[in-house]
Amino acid sequence: MLPRAIYLHIPFCTNICHYCDFNTYVVRGQPVDDYLLALEREMANTVERYPPDRIDSIFIGGGTPTVLEPDQLERLLEAIQRYFPVWSEQIEFTVEANPGTTQLEKLKVMKAGGVNRLSFGAQTFRPDLLRRIGRIHNAEDIVRSVEDARAVGFDNLSLDLMFGLPDQRIADLEQTLLRTVSLSPSHISLYSLQIEEGTPFHTLHHQGKLPLPSEDEELAMYKLAQEFLSKAGYKQYEVSNFAQPGRESRHNLTYWHNGAYYGFGAGAHGYIHGIRYANVKGIKEYIKCSNRGMRPVGEERAVTDEESMEDFLILGLRLLEGVSKERFFHRYRRSLDEVFGHVIKSLESRGLLLADEARIKLTSQGLLFGNEVFAAFIGEAGKA
Amino acid sequence: MDKRQKKIRNFSIIAHIDHGKSTLADRILEATGALTEREKTDQFLDQMDLERERGITIKLNSVRLTYKAKDGEEYILNLIDTPGHVDFTYEVSRSLEACEGALLVVDAAQGVEAQTLANVYLALEGDLEIIPVINKIDLPSADPDRVRQEIEDVIGLDASEAVLASAKENIGIEEILEQVVEKVPPPAGDPEAPLKALIFDSVYDPYRGVITYIRIVDGVLKKGMRIKMMATGKTFEVTEVGTFTPRPVEVDELVAGEVGFVVAGIKNVRDTHVGDTITDEERPAETPLPGYRRINPMVYCGIYPIDSSDYDDLREALEKLELNDASLSYEPETSGALGFGFRCGFLGLLHMEIIQERIEREFDIPIITTAPSVVYRVHKTDGTMVEIENPTHMPPQQEIDFVEEPMVRASIMTPQEYVGSVMELSQNKRGTFIDMQYLDENRVNIIYELPLAEIVYDFFDQLKSGTRGYASFDYELIGYKTSKLVKMDILLNGEPVDALSFIVHKDHAYHRGRQLVEKLRELIPRQMFEIPIQAAIGNRVIARETIRAMRKNVLAKCYGGDVSRKRKLLEKQKEGKKRMKHVGSVEVPQEAFMAVLKIDESK
Repeated sequence: MLPRAIYLHIPFCTNICHYCDFNTYVVRGQPVDDYLLALEREMANTVERYPPDRIDSIFIGGGTPTVLEPDQLERLLEAIQRYFPVWSEQIEFTVEANPGTTQLEKLKVMKAGGVNRLSFGAQTFRPDLLRRIGRIHNAEDIVRSVEDARAVGFDNLSLDLMFGLPDQRIADLEQTLLRTVSLSPSHISLYSLQIEEGTPFHTLHHQGKLPLPSEDEELAMYKLAQEFLSKAGYKQYEVSNFAQPGRESRHNLTYWHNGAYYGFGAGAHGYIHGIRYANVKGIKEYIKCSNRGMRPVGEERAVTDEESMEDFLILGLRLLEGVSKERFFHRYRRSLDEVFGHVIKSLESRGLLLADEARIKLTSQGLLFGNEVFAAFIGEAGKA
Repeated sequence: MDKRQKKIRNFSIIAHIDHGKSTLADRILEATGALTEREKTDQFLDQMDLERERGITIKLNSVRLTYKAKDGEEYILNLIDTPGHVDFTYEVSRSLEACEGALLVVDAAQGVEAQTLANVYLALEGDLEIIPVINKIDLPSADPDRVRQEIEDVIGLDASEAVLASAKENIGIEEILEQVVEKVPPPAGDPEAPLKALIFDSVYDPYRGVITYIRIVDGVLKKGMRIKMMATGKTFEVTEVGTFTPRPVEVDELVAGEVGFVVAGIKNVRDTHVGDTITDEERPAETPLPGYRRINPMVYCGIYPIDSSDYDDLREALEKLELNDASLSYEPETSGALGFGFRCGFLGLLHMEIIQERIEREFDIPIITTAPSVVYRVHKTDGTMVEIENPTHMPPQQEIDFVEEPMVRASIMTPQEYVGSVMELSQNKRGTFIDMQYLDENRVNIIYELPLAEIVYDFFDQLKSGTRGYASFDYELIGYKTSKLVKMDILLNGEPVDALSFIVHKDHAYHRGRQLVEKLRELIPRQMFEIPIQAAIGNRVIARETIRAMRKNVLAKCYGGDVSRKRKLLEKQKEGKKRMKHVGSVEVPQEAFMAVLKIDESK
């Protein structure tokens, strides 16, 4: 199965947020042009080995891809077209953008380069909470960025929001949801704050200096968002994703359907021909590898059939539509019930999973305890 | 006695833990050329990982050494190692019976300890020649003169010729060997008489079957002979006889006085009893050797597989461990909460921990161990008496007339400044003060009568922490005593969990129950529903805690294409669950079943 999805990583930001553990570096003083050249080389080397099929989705993420200057963006987009010339008509081409970094000129370059979807890291509309988590934009920047994008002709916009932030109240989230919905983006992602090792928040948390909402409050926030967004016409289609009809993210669906994708850039992950790989994380190391004509892969691993079947469920059950038995059979030539019947039965009896002839999916309770469900499938494919 | 027999010396080393026995054994092996440079991994005789890690000897080991003495003659020295922990007194008595002499190793700084004393008495009972060795004389705090005096005063041995040694610095090793040759008598026994060989240990080898460790008392044992086990009547053909040098080496024959091993195609673990006598089938001895007294386990606990499909593997593991360890006993039992498992008897708490660890490490079976219990004597109103080793089997309160519990006489040696904390601890553990003796101006031996059940809990740990590790401790069972005991039940989610029941003194019941439910609340992870934990005596609930329900558990984070990371998190979660047992609808971690031992009394 050849990948029809591409992920490109731009590991630069103007500053690093207090909660962030993604592979990203402060852009000042970084060899950005060399990095972009290395990215081109990586694409060249990869397509030589794995020639591309028709491309259905491209996602440029980060970091903050929009920290690139207009000419840098232009070169990158040109390179993508050069190495991946055949696109499907409904291609979804997303660039992640931070409010306040999307000057009109950049927007125009992106539009011209084939980008048709922008995903803004809005996080919250409360200025004090934005500062608290280390973001440098304010609520007005979000509104202006959305307006500018529309002016340039982008009609498919997504906003990322966060909940469970220190000192965040349920009312704060409600206000943020209200302002988000009033901008009527076609897609909304709602992530909960995770305290990750190696971040300033992790240190503060261990010192007891991070007043996080209680689990009950966090749950109330999640439920509030589900209800609020549903009323506003957004359908929840994944644990943390909501969309207007037909505007579900095609790129992310590739991940959840356990599909193949190219991954380019420092620290990027890819899944090609049954091999999952992760590129080296450091900028210099990445550039060095690419310059030597090597693929900058740091780790790679062939996924066994059993593991792949488990991934199919772990990822697929994140979608509210659940996992199709037919699709499972089509891919693995074994029936879902034959491989996982024992797990499914026990999860059903605990009220976490619903099964019918065609599919299995999470119950509303199962959605809140997704990890219990997903973990139950780990290591089980080999037992049947 | 033939010439060869006159050149044999069988001896063991007795010492308190930490007094340097294993290092000394290694030096002796080196000095006699038994270890090559390459083999000098530290502490050769402690072969199990567990023994090395904990710095203790659990199993008996024997080694045959060749030593050329100053008199120009070559001697065969059989060194039989002994365990040094209070739980293993029985094993010590076994190894001592295969010897004519013993080195008594005493730390030059710490002096005589409780355990040393106990083992010396065993050796004296067995009429062994005892050679005192004052070890670690290189330490700055060493005071050999004081220790020499102590050996004379406390033990009553002549220590004027005690060897001053440092195993670490290789001082005094030759003198020790010379004294062994000179003072330890050669083994008595008649090589011409019908064969009598004492089985003092055995190990199971998957290729050769049971390897039996023996001391030949009379006669000769060779390959090809047909032998008979005098207790079981089973007969076998000898396929191999040998000695440990310390590697097993085949020899033509073993004669009276010698120590070695015999392989005879013995498949069944139960055909070789430690303490049994091996004789010649064609020319059998008339009477067997006295053998060993069968020791009764002091402590019992339930051992259950976490995954019930491991039951058969667990039984096999216990069978194999029993072969190496006659003091382990087990019987199948069933628990409502834990399913099918075994009730196992042990010499003490350390012994229990070691068996538990060996099952998990050597046999790779995840298990749950219930809190240990002693054997109670329950006298019922109908005049009958039952012995209860599992709290679950305690009859209902109204059928009980009175209950007796086993008592021990404990002797605790401690530096004088800790007398107060030792007495406070013993008092808290329902102890009765018996006596106190000053060994010298600084060290005191305190005698207490204590319920065994209290020692089984965390007495040893608390003693060590209360005396900064300076106190040493030994005990002997002295009989039963009536006590006000009640059974405490623990209910999870409203259901009594039999595996968590325990027996407690009435006056401590409220306090223990309270602490236990608090501890369980910490140990049992939150689940998707609220779980009440209650402690009850009969129908009366005396303590209650609640584990709040987990409200959600899902990662609403954007990991993009990093599927491996997501998977790793889930694998970790799943791994954690494997170590939990489903009790009704509640997932209970292994540690929870031992929680009663982990209560901090000081709270």
